[in-house]
Amino acid sequence: MPRLVSHPDEVKIVSSRFGKGAANIDRYLELGGYEAVRKCLAQGPEWIIEEMKASGLRGRGGAGFSTGMKWSFVPKQSAKPKYILVNGDESEPGTCKDHLIFLHDPHSIIEGAIIAGLAVGAKMGFIYLRGEYRYLIEIMERAVADAYERGFLGKNIFGSGNEFQVITQTGAGAYEVGEESALMESLEGKRGVPRIRPPFPAVVGLYGGPTVINNAETMANVPHIIRMGAAAYAAVGTPRNGGTRLFGISGHVERPGVYELPMGYNLKKMIYEVGGGVRGGRKLKAVVPGGSSTPVLLPEEIENLGMDFDQVGKAGSMLGSGGVVVIDDRTCMVEFALRTISFYQHESCGWCIPCREGTDWLKKSLTRFHAGFGTASDIDNIQYLAENMLGRTFCPLGDAAAMPTLGFVKKFRQEFEDHLNGKPCPYAREGVPQLTVV
Amino acid sequence: MADVTFIVDGKKLTAPAGTLLIDACRKAGIEIPAFCYYPGLSLQAACRMCLVRQEKVPKLQTACTTTVAEGQIFYTSTPEIEQARKAMIELLLGNHPLDCPVCDAGGECELQDMTFKYGAGESRMVDVKRHRDEQQWSPAVFYDRPRCILCYRCIRMCGEGMDVWALGIHNRGANSVIVPNDGHQLDCEQCGMCIDVCPVGALTSGTYRYKTRPWEMSHVSTVCTHCGDGCKVTLGVRSTAEGAEIVRADNRDKSGINGDFLCAKGRFSFDFVASADRLTEPLVRNAQGKLEPATWEHAIRVAARKLKEIRDARGGSAIGVIGSNRTTNEENYLLQKFARTVLTTNNIDHARSTDYAAFARALAGTEGKTASLRDIAAASAILLVGGNPTEEHPLLAWLLRTNVRLNRAKLYVANSQPIKLDRQAKATQRLPVGSYKDLAAFLVQGESDFSKALAAEESLVVIFGEEFRGDAAENLVAWGLKRGPNPDSVRFAYLGDYANSRGAADMGLFPDLLPGYVPVTAPGAFAEYANLPATPGKSMPQMLEAAAKGELGALLVVGADTVSRSSLDSAALKNTFVVVQDLFLTETAAVADVVLPAASLYEKSGTVTNTYGDIQMVRKAADRAGVKPDFEILVRLAGAMGVDVATLVPFSKRGTTGDLGQSRGAQAGEADRHAVWLEANGLEPKLSPFDPLAVFDEIARLVPGYTVDRINLFAGNDVHTEPRATPGFVPVGAIQSPSLVVPAHDTLFTSGTLGCYSTTLRQLEEHQSKELAKAAAD
Repeated sequence: MPRLVSHPDEVKIVSSRFGKGAANIDRYLELGGYEAVRKCLAQGPEWIIEEMKASGLRGRGGAGFSTGMKWSFVPKQSAKPKYILVNGDESEPGTCKDHLIFLHDPHSIIEGAIIAGLAVGAKMGFIYLRGEYRYLIEIMERAVADAYERGFLGKNIFGSGNEFQVITQTGAGAYEVGEESALMESLEGKRGVPRIRPPFPAVVGLYGGPTVINNAETMANVPHIIRMGAAAYAAVGTPRNGGTRLFGISGHVERPGVYELPMGYNLKKMIYEVGGGVRGGRKLKAVVPGGSSTPVLLPEEIENLGMDFDQVGKAGSMLGSGGVVVIDDRTCMVEFALRTISFYQHESCGWCIPCREGTDWLKKSLTRFHAGFGTASDIDNIQYLAENMLGRTFCPLGDAAAMPTLGFVKKFRQEFEDHLNGKPCPYAREGVPQLTVV
Repeated sequence: MADVTFIVDGKKLTAPAGTLLIDACRKAGIEIPAFCYYPGLSLQAACRMCLVRQEKVPKLQTACTTTVAEGQIFYTSTPEIEQARKAMIELLLGNHPLDCPVCDAGGECELQDMTFKYGAGESRMVDVKRHRDEQQWSPAVFYDRPRCILCYRCIRMCGEGMDVWALGIHNRGANSVIVPNDGHQLDCEQCGMCIDVCPVGALTSGTYRYKTRPWEMSHVSTVCTHCGDGCKVTLGVRSTAEGAEIVRADNRDKSGINGDFLCAKGRFSFDFVASADRLTEPLVRNAQGKLEPATWEHAIRVAARKLKEIRDARGGSAIGVIGSNRTTNEENYLLQKFARTVLTTNNIDHARSTDYAAFARALAGTEGKTASLRDIAAASAILLVGGNPTEEHPLLAWLLRTNVRLNRAKLYVANSQPIKLDRQAKATQRLPVGSYKDLAAFLVQGESDFSKALAAEESLVVIFGEEFRGDAAENLVAWGLKRGPNPDSVRFAYLGDYANSRGAADMGLFPDLLPGYVPVTAPGAFAEYANLPATPGKSMPQMLEAAAKGELGALLVVGADTVSRSSLDSAALKNTFVVVQDLFLTETAAVADVVLPAASLYEKSGTVTNTYGDIQMVRKAADRAGVKPDFEILVRLAGAMGVDVATLVPFSKRGTTGDLGQSRGAQAGEADRHAVWLEANGLEPKLSPFDPLAVFDEIARLVPGYTVDRINLFAGNDVHTEPRATPGFVPVGAIQSPSLVVPAHDTLFTSGTLGCYSTTLRQLEEHQSKELAKAAAD
């Protein structure tokens, strides 16, 4: 079991039951579990949606769309069944928050899904877990079985006459399936490629039915919002950015780990105080604020940066999935770019031309470039390719590859130039294997 | 949907709400480039070539998935969009091999054309391109992975279009490849549609690849010779020492009712034309009883002399004539006219594959009751009884599938066995084997859900197979006609085998029926025919029986393998003088006294009528030294028999007046042997007696139902005809017996005699039987 970390600045809401054995249903109940759903049964769907809107909860998957708004788009009447879909296909490099929820507090996800079901009138929910999280599926399945046994799931949940069923499913190892429409394709047993939108999932989603699809962390927040009240939850964060966020601090820090901090928490403080500062007292070179798809930020850019969707957006990057990657001054940014693009090249589903060909081309160029066989025009080319992928791909994966690449080239052009003319990587160190041309 | 107005590049456009922007633009003459968009197939939005700017929308939008609505404003050619297109092409070319000089698609490649118009002038790509070795998926289909741009047209065409679903994608990202779902080999209908829709040279054809450059071919639009559907086909031909060879068949111009559709036979099985077994010189049986090569003059002289001798000595009734299901209307018309007026016999028949005479009789006195293929393609409800279109009428199957898929037409299938089209059917009715004759009664009772659903359809097209013959066909038509007099209430189509089976029947290759199903016994029928015998002649079996008894002096067989088809002991013809016009030394030709090498349908002009009654122009594409079209052979035979050919082919001043511009005439002062010959014989110098169009006027004048829109026909369009039989015409029982109808039951990979001489078709059949065996073993 991963080591849990903590810091006094943390505001524990989603993580409040971490390390307390809440995977056990009795323990979960002792810790206030399934109270929120009972409250919702009493209050009714409109109230739930209003609470969600008032809480300022925004999608924790990365796009940051208002959860209450999303739920309100689902038509009241539908000829086809409606579905609740929990996206636990957490795959963004630097992101490691959802797996802690599945591990420590699986019932909060079930409870969130039930509440979502009550809010939109869905009787069926799916919890889709990343394929590589195979070790978590047993925990999740145990939780679902326990909930069924207690009558929290089934034809007549909590004796209320309402029906809600939950089915768990694991992926097959594709990052792309974290994209909501690709996830639905995958869940339907098809190739994991995204769908054309519109229609949006809220109208035509899984099996053609109106579907609410939310990130696992978003869903786990739902019962807490109901319990503590939307206003109290919203008050924790910044305007339009309600509540807290699980930040996964990784890279060159002294105390890496997942910390629950209020939205808008200062990034510099997050690195130097919560994360214990740059490892070995080294200098901070850059920081990736929200998972590998978000453009890198320079130390001077994070001085007064509050970590919420709006402030990070204004700073030219994105809050994304909350995966903060700290980079010290011994890191080669060309290599960092190469490792990042290699991931997206590997994960591109291949559906559309700019992403399929763009990521492949970028990887080839960067591989050669880092190995010392670059030419001056390569730097412009890399930028040209990324600029021409940006905003033109079928789904956001292309942007996820293009945005960080642009960040690296624009902000660390000098490091690229340092690799020119057959010079060895200036950051190569004894004993550290170097990437070579494959 | 109501029309909406929107603005594209400053131009105000109007289109029904919900129209795809790409379609609306193209209709207005605004070009939007796209690879993955293909009309009629599902949307992909994968190639990103059709990106446009919509006002108030942050990102560029794909025109192929954007539907137009009132007041929208679009831009399709701003510097931003031009850059996006240019970059998309650059990205595509990143891994695309620039082997255009040897690529099959070079010169007609959508990627080349797009690069030319929208692409960058130079490449930024300096890294190594991905390579994968080429694969052969079947005798017909090859896949060259590096050239593939993954537009998924092939997958969709195979799945949605053909309902075969043989293709899929393996791997992901830049490693994605198109693969046969079955593994490394294609288990499919081998239609080659995947090759056809491929915008680049990734999917190539086993029969065409590396044969030529596209610009070295001439493209001739004609009609397929194989089944009775009559697909338009564009033949790519190239000159050779012996004439002109066919190197490719497709229908990329999407002309005709088949659009871009062709089946394996239409697309690949033209190679019989170039078979080494083709007869290219006449053969005459010598004194030793051996067939030996002869000149055309000699062979015609021998045949004509003997025919004349027998006619003069024993009368026309001692001569029999057997026609073909693949020769043109003009040739069939001429053949029966030759038989009736020159040989003076009604002993004329053909291998009947469908009971068209019964169909004509059933429809006698009605108008507007037959369904053209266009009617079928647009029908709201179709009843398909008997037959298996997927195997025997691939175009019909395609049109039915497409109509169901795109127009939500309702297909009702009644059959004694499951057929693939059941999958598109709204309702199916399994019939006991051999019970088709009772179908009409079953439908009349109207107690089953099936017949109730049919009765509820306002308009219905009834398509029936050759299982319906004689009374069964007539009863079914009678049942349908009771639905009402309105032309929309019911229309019929009757399925027959070959390219001109219908034409053979329409043109009177019957012992008792003149062209247009006019009984030979009808008073005043074809009064202008000199010497027309008034009594019905012998049917094919009767002729062969007479021959066996030594009562048939001569037999002229045009494009038919009677011996093989009738399982005849060839010795039965030993006392008969046999003249055969054919492409190959068939079993019948082998016992003939004179064999005249004939041109195939791809080597001549004329018209053919498909089984639905759609008449189409056939244009000469290939050429083979030594062979002659059947039309010319018949005219030469008649001429050599001393007939004034102008009476047979009215190409003189009284007849055809069309100037086909083939000769300026001898008056221009130049040496024109042909024109001089015409002049010397008092003939119209502008039109040759060997031109099948010379009898076209006569057909239009004399054959009921063939007065057709000639402008449309000559322009290459299909023109519908229907039998206009006189009500109550009485056939001669024994001669019109349903038992004389013997369907060929060709499959996707067989095509009668021609099919036997097509190497590709044999290979495809072998491949498919292997795949079947493999599937069975699994």
